[in-house]
Amino acid sequence: MKDKFDCIVVGAGPAGISAALTLVRAGLKTVVIERGEYPGTKNVMGGILYTRPLEELIPEFWKEAPLERHIIEQRVMLVSKDASTSFSYKSKQLDEPPYNSYSIMRATFDRWFASKAESAGAIIINETLVESLIVENDKVIGVRTGRADGELYADLVIDAEGVNSILARDLGLHPEIPEHNVALAVKEILALPREVIEARFNLKAEQGTAIELVGDISAGMMGIGFIYTNKESLSLGIGCLISDLRKSGMQPYDLLDRFKEHPMIQPLIEGAQTKEYSAHLIPEGGYRAIPPLCADGFLVAGDAAGLVNSVHREGSNLAITSGRLAAQTVIEAKKKNDFTCRALSLYKKLLDQSFVMKDLKKYRNFPAIMEKNKHFFTTYPSLLSDSAYEMIKVDGVPKKTKQWKIIKNFIKGRSLWGLVKDGFNLLRAIG
Amino acid sequence: MRIEDRLFADRFRADTKSHLKIIDPKICHKCSGKQCTYACPAKVYTQEEDGSVRVAYEGCLECGTCRIICQEYKNINWAYPRGGFGILFKFG
Ligand SMILES: Cc1cc2nc3c(=O)[nH]c(=O)nc-3n(C[C@H](O)[C@H](O)[C@H](O)COP(=O)(O)OP(=O)(O)OC[C@H]3O[C@@H](n4cnc5c(N)ncnc54)[C@H](O)[C@@H]3O)c2cc1C
Ligand code: SF4
Ligand code: SF4
Repeated sequence: MKDKFDCIVVGAGPAGISAALTLVRAGLKTVVIERGEYPGTKNVMGGILYTRPLEELIPEFWKEAPLERHIIEQRVMLVSKDASTSFSYKSKQLDEPPYNSYSIMRATFDRWFASKAESAGAIIINETLVESLIVENDKVIGVRTGRADGELYADLVIDAEGVNSILARDLGLHPEIPEHNVALAVKEILALPREVIEARFNLKAEQGTAIELVGDISAGMMGIGFIYTNKESLSLGIGCLISDLRKSGMQPYDLLDRFKEHPMIQPLIEGAQTKEYSAHLIPEGGYRAIPPLCADGFLVAGDAAGLVNSVHREGSNLAITSGRLAAQTVIEAKKKNDFTCRALSLYKKLLDQSFVMKDLKKYRNFPAIMEKNKHFFTTYPSLLSDSAYEMIKVDGVPKKTKQWKIIKNFIKGRSLWGLVKDGFNLLRAIG
Repeated sequence: MRIEDRLFADRFRADTKSHLKIIDPKICHKCSGKQCTYACPAKVYTQEEDGSVRVAYEGCLECGTCRIICQEYKNINWAYPRGGFGILFKFG
């Protein structure tokens, strides 16, 4: 038999690199296989990187990692056709190191992160696609790559291939992802001078803003838009459920244009030049859609396992933590020389004890409720804007009369029973 | 902004062979939704006058939407391009 590794990791995204780094630090012979020219060239994210999970792996990573801006303001904009109502949280605390989160670009970030695993001893093979798993007696024993003589063997394979999860699907861990459990996001990098960004978003050097948008911009679909500030560009994108996209008949790039032309958005991006256009899927099924996480000789981490918290738009942190916990499981399995799914069930236990499963479980009802109640994305943002306008407008009508008018509008928009049901559902979704 | 102009901002290393394949072109003729032709963010699929669907794989952004959205007929044999080929994001 050819070269045998302790562990093969498929994919050099946050989950795969975090796993590899943990494995080589424990002295395990590890190879990471990545299809991109280098790690990051295939990857897309909003993206906000949360500090904590990475800090556990690389203390004070911010001193060397390629980061854009630390986030001092988190804004939610509820958008109607021609207005918006915003909620913003901005604090001095978020502006004090160690910062809570940073905007990043995956092409540069992943490359740096992978270099850390490489210098710790991991072998990273780029430009190589894993085409299938090698299975013998129902146990995964290696991978087949697209290269000549491209078979590699190992005691264990960690699957960190990301959202499309083809290898896990082919192994039978899950069927094809249903269209209501996944969103398509399209994104642009919009270049603007540093000073312009800082003036428009009310920031000082290095400070950043993260804006999430819900409402008219998703054209009635379950979807969320985002605008994040980088050093000299904005990351702007919008994601919608694929099932909604199919029904809408809309083209994703038209949706993006519509978003960019919205009267409340256009001034923010005025004069910006599109430097890159990208598209990527996001798992949205949450807790109830998580497939089995192991088979004999095989573990799944990150997006490949659907580990995304769609309420808080977190994914990279769940990927980093799940990759680390998968690696810890491999390290234990190696000690006992037991690679059966039963021995690997430790992985699930570790995940259950971590924030990953605790958070996903907390929001387990969210995806289904939001998918069935589109008015959270349509009626409410409009009602809120109309109400705000009503109260702000000075036209001689007493405020009390206005208040009644607003209440009547809400009832007209949703019916009294609808309002009660929505309140109940919202509590159930986020409770 | 036209989709062609958007894709022009991107870098690709195109392979000589398509990584996406329509399994049975005849099925596309009877597919009433033809959702691949509008849902693909890179407009890879276009409907020809005779009702068949053309695949311009070179501009594929490798997202996976077409595979998932062709759910009724599962008529797309979907794979990533060979290692090193396809889209090359500078920012991501
Ligand atoms: C538009 C958008 C915005 C987002 N915003 C945020 C955010 O603000 N904050 C946040 O925390 N998360 C965000 N996420 C989610 C986050 O990007 C993912 O959860 C995270 O990237 C998952 O990491 P991963 O390592 O599991 O998968 P990925 O990052 O997808 O990495 C998978 C890797 O495997 C490689 N690969 C795949 N198949 C093969 C194969 N067969 N052979 C070899 N290599 C292979 C890929 O090239 C890739 O490098 C966002 C996602 C999107 C799409
Ligand atoms: S959705 Fe599928 S079956 Fe329909 S036209 Fe597209 S590829 Fe053909
Ligand atoms: S993978 Fe995405 S970009 Fe490529 S053809 Fe399919 S839908 Fe279009």
